[in-house]
Amino acid sequence: MIDVLQKEEAHEPVTGGATPPPDRVIVEMRDVHKAFGQKQVLRGVSLALERGTSAVVLGGSGSGKSVLIKHVVGLLRPDRGEVWVKGERVDLLDGDALDRKRLSIGYLFQSGALFDSMTVYENMRFFLDRHTKMSKGEKDDAIMEVLEAVNLPGTREQYPAELSGGQKKRVGLARALILKPEIILYDEPTTGLDPVSVRVVAELIVKLRDERGISSISITHDLLAAGIITDRAHFLFEGKIIASGTLAEVRRGDHPALQEFFEGTEVYGGV
Amino acid sequence: MSPYDPYRPEAYAGPPPEGPSEGPSEGTPEGDAGSLAARMRRARRARREGKILHEKGFGERTVERLRRGQGLLYHFLEQAGALFAFVGQFFARFWRRPFEVRETVNQMDEVGSKSFLLTSIVGLSIGVVLAMQSRGTLARFGAESFLPSMLALSVFKEIGPVLTSIVLAGRLGAGIAAELGSMKVTEQIDALEVAALKPFHYLVVTRVVACAVMFPVMTMLTDVIAMSGGFIESSLSSDMDYRVFIATAFDSMQFADVVVDTGKTAIFGFIVGIVSCFLGYSVRGGTREVGQAAMQAVVLSSLLILLADVVVVRISLMLFGPPGSG
Repeated sequence: MIDVLQKEEAHEPVTGGATPPPDRVIVEMRDVHKAFGQKQVLRGVSLALERGTSAVVLGGSGSGKSVLIKHVVGLLRPDRGEVWVKGERVDLLDGDALDRKRLSIGYLFQSGALFDSMTVYENMRFFLDRHTKMSKGEKDDAIMEVLEAVNLPGTREQYPAELSGGQKKRVGLARALILKPEIILYDEPTTGLDPVSVRVVAELIVKLRDERGISSISITHDLLAAGIITDRAHFLFEGKIIASGTLAEVRRGDHPALQEFFEGTEVYGGV
Repeated sequence: MSPYDPYRPEAYAGPPPEGPSEGPSEGTPEGDAGSLAARMRRARRARREGKILHEKGFGERTVERLRRGQGLLYHFLEQAGALFAFVGQFFARFWRRPFEVRETVNQMDEVGSKSFLLTSIVGLSIGVVLAMQSRGTLARFGAESFLPSMLALSVFKEIGPVLTSIVLAGRLGAGIAAELGSMKVTEQIDALEVAALKPFHYLVVTRVVACAVMFPVMTMLTDVIAMSGGFIESSLSSDMDYRVFIATAFDSMQFADVVVDTGKTAIFGFIVGIVSCFLGYSVRGGTREVGQAAMQAVVLSSLLILLADVVVVRISLMLFGPPGSG
């Protein structure tokens, strides 16, 4: 079992005087606004993720999906609104308190974001060296365990440049898993992959939810993946969530943007 | 009115000829020439109108230029402010954990051993060339024996520190900015951030410290190699004994001179490190922006080294007086 250093210590939760979400809600965004200069990207996004479930945020390119997910992990701060993770306001945390919160969140970047000067093993070892007091043998075991979980035990000594796009995403996922997070955020986990790899990655996400109880938010415009992953889907359009529900419910929504998205996706390579 | 000549349409004052009777007919060589002339005429008219429009738009163009200038000034001030904020961030975090000792040593190795061949060649050539160039001039005044002294003053006080720093700025500035820039665009820095790995400490503090520590070391080595180059030249040209060379070389120098002038390269190293890290860390976009950041890192670092040199020399003169005066 990985004993992560500086895991969240018992302290007074930072709430900013607001009412925390119920215990079953692990992530909640309330009326989040974000602008970059004159460009308003998020215009009052509200969504909630329940423990042990997978949410998918759908939307066209440039609709602000990545911006949304970056608020959850504190990479961006909202201009207005609240971001709750495990009963605390992430938007009010900083320094070590934010870092401690981040240790319970894994993040799979669109490109994998593997450190290209390190091998796959070193990529993961780097995390363990800095956050755990495990022995070398324990670290090796933990690394092999996550590599086996993503079905890539043979890539241990390879550099990221030697991996395919799908392998990079899976190694990125393995790295996100190495510190045993409770929540994983997936930024376009299947973009650029062939349909077989899409299915492999999507089923992996479901397996992590079912076997390890990991809650997740995936942002994607891939309906094949969304169909496999999602417990609850949200559709982001012009900075607002315009539809939420099961994927079938969202698909049936009567907003023209939904019609356009689902028809366009289906015409141009979706399910 | 002069008759219309299709081959000299500029000489024709009146309207162009119309119909087959006055001009060359279409379909014949003359006709083709006529259409060529017409095209030339149209082109000239368009150019003329363009010029008029150009002149009409002069005021607007001036306003546009001023606006562009204002935009550039705003951009410059914005960048300068961001750089100062970055420097502030460096000093705020430098004292705080985690201290990335191993990574700092790796970066010192990068600055030191991997740049040593380059700075050695630079040092050796400076020494040899300076000795060759100065010998004739000194001989004219019968002062050839001052060659080692002049060499030492030039190398230790100015040429060694500045040239070494500029060479290192070229090698390291571009490398650091390109490395951090590509890490930024491939989200590797964000990956460090979300894993609570404090990328500023790991990437920036280590590199800046390595540069500030290693620049003086590399300068010292370059100075010694340059003096060796000067001695080789002197011994080949005038059979100078090494004991005489060393004694004469350091005769007019104080220890403080060497310390101050070598020590100033720590500031140059800091400049190269912080500017390159800042430009790499603030890359937005893709590979084009990474390339630009690398180029800007070299240019800006080199300029700031030269500016800082003026300031440091002025301050050292105020504090310690001219060389050899202590």
